[in-house]
Amino acid sequence: MSTETEARPGRRRHATETAGSQGTVMRKAGDWARRGPLLPALIFMIVVTQLPFVVTIVVSFMDWNAYYPDERGFAGFANFRRVLTDANTRHAIWVTILLTAGVVLLSLVLGLLIALLLDRKFRGRGAVRTMMITPFLVVPVAAALLWKHALYNPTYGLFNGVLKWIFGANAPQPDWISNQPLWSIIFALVWQWTPFMMLILLAGLQSRPLDVIEAAGIDGANQWEIFRYMTLPHLRQYLELSALLGSIYVVQNFDAVFTITSGGLGTANLPYTIYQTFYTAHDYGRASAAGVIVVIGTILIATFALRSVSTLFREETGR
Amino acid sequence: MSGQVTIVKGHNRRGGGWALSGLAWIVGILFVLPVLWMLLTSFHSEENAAKNPPDLAAPLTLDGYRSFFSTGPWPSIANSLTASILSTALVILLAFPAAYALSIRPVRKWTDVLFFFLSTKMLPVVAGLLPIYLFAQSVGFLDNIWLLIILYTSMNLPIAVWMLRSFLSEVPVEILEAASVDGASLTRTLRSVVAPVVTPGIASAALICFIFSWNELLFARVLTGTVAQTAPVFLTGFVTSQGLFLAKVCAASIVVSLPVLIAGFAAQDKLVQGLSLGAVK
Repeated sequence: MSTETEARPGRRRHATETAGSQGTVMRKAGDWARRGPLLPALIFMIVVTQLPFVVTIVVSFMDWNAYYPDERGFAGFANFRRVLTDANTRHAIWVTILLTAGVVLLSLVLGLLIALLLDRKFRGRGAVRTMMITPFLVVPVAAALLWKHALYNPTYGLFNGVLKWIFGANAPQPDWISNQPLWSIIFALVWQWTPFMMLILLAGLQSRPLDVIEAAGIDGANQWEIFRYMTLPHLRQYLELSALLGSIYVVQNFDAVFTITSGGLGTANLPYTIYQTFYTAHDYGRASAAGVIVVIGTILIATFALRSVSTLFREETGR
Repeated sequence: MSGQVTIVKGHNRRGGGWALSGLAWIVGILFVLPVLWMLLTSFHSEENAAKNPPDLAAPLTLDGYRSFFSTGPWPSIANSLTASILSTALVILLAFPAAYALSIRPVRKWTDVLFFFLSTKMLPVVAGLLPIYLFAQSVGFLDNIWLLIILYTSMNLPIAVWMLRSFLSEVPVEILEAASVDGASLTRTLRSVVAPVVTPGIASAALICFIFSWNELLFARVLTGTVAQTAPVFLTGFVTSQGLFLAKVCAASIVVSLPVLIAGFAAQDKLVQGLSLGAVK
């Protein structure tokens, strides 16, 4: 881990710093002074986030169910085998992938389109932007309750109310959540996450070098060519950043699944399944094995994603 | 010649501009509509809130709010405030020195450290929940607000370090060098050179941490009970409520979301920079 190399006193300085010439001796003394301010945060993070995870790994190799305290012991890979062969868990893995990919992709595309709309100057742009941000500022549980009860509800929800307004008393009154449980959750989450994507992409759009784009226009490039060959490449790293940050949060979603369907109707994702295995079924070994699998999956995706995103941060790292 | 082309283009853009501005307005209204609907419903009587098709002209009443407050939400709101404010303070206290070490006078391998912080955000919360639960259970720390404060601090610390680092790297190195040549101490430099530049950054980092702590559900649901219950956990009490409580549910959602809505609207611009970990200016 990075922290191990960090703790060793270094001999060579960061390349850019050598320019700020002072004595080598003073620098060595300064090494710990520099590292000092970092340590509280670093130690805190390792203790609170890494230690528990080590325990999770240990427990994942154990038979441990709180209902059967006498049967605690070493289980080898049995928990992993049970988790991976269990139809419910496999379904939960699939739901997690669908939910994350669906929400991130849909909100990214919508966010991009809306960011392009808001990148132009028009009357009330600030007001529209404020309206757009609102979904992101509603507490997630409250937002899920809003969709479940005030919008989707088949007897008094707004959606069916609108259908009655349009088509009269005989309008179809679908039970949205029962008919399309996963899509119901995805739509509610897209509504919450589109503003987030839009905000980052709008900031990206506004950081475009305008003189270059004007020059391209004078040279005869049309709107589509400017978008395709100038705006989109410029936006690429912002798209990657918002996709990465969005995925980090959506893959862990618990609030919407818990609130809208309580994991029923085949919508239980991995966080919800693990929560149930541990909190309701008290099967600690199995919950931990599922947790370890989630972490492995996340690490695989994250290393890939981080590599592409790190270019964005590297640009401003010359210190 | 080219001048003529741009004039034509300018006309085109202005011609389509009306439609695009209108579209932007429609999209904005569609996105805010569910929240406005929740707000309107919260002021209706339960009977009118459950009408289909909805009765927009129904008389407004505070009954929904009255019945929500009669369910005793204050202790949970107070818990949320305590957990969010104290953990935010702790985050800033830990993150500021760390960000300083990572930006103004970077330690070696500092990008690794930075990515270590970010990688902890990718560790699914649920994978560390069980050991924390078992530990808290064995030392009698369950249903204790301090447990949440510590966990929320770990949840938000990486974000704050990333954000503050990006704000701190905007402090011109020359000024810092001048200060050190003049013999200013570290605390003196921090107070009179660095602080003025980064105070807005600290404010926005604190805001984001507050919002995330306020919104958190999973930890709070598993680790608290009756004493340390937070506002989102209180809201989950309405998850199964059916039938005639729509106005109450809407009122509850509005009240619990209000602090975040107010804080978010007040700091819209800083919000973007914060949410993108300072990578987007």
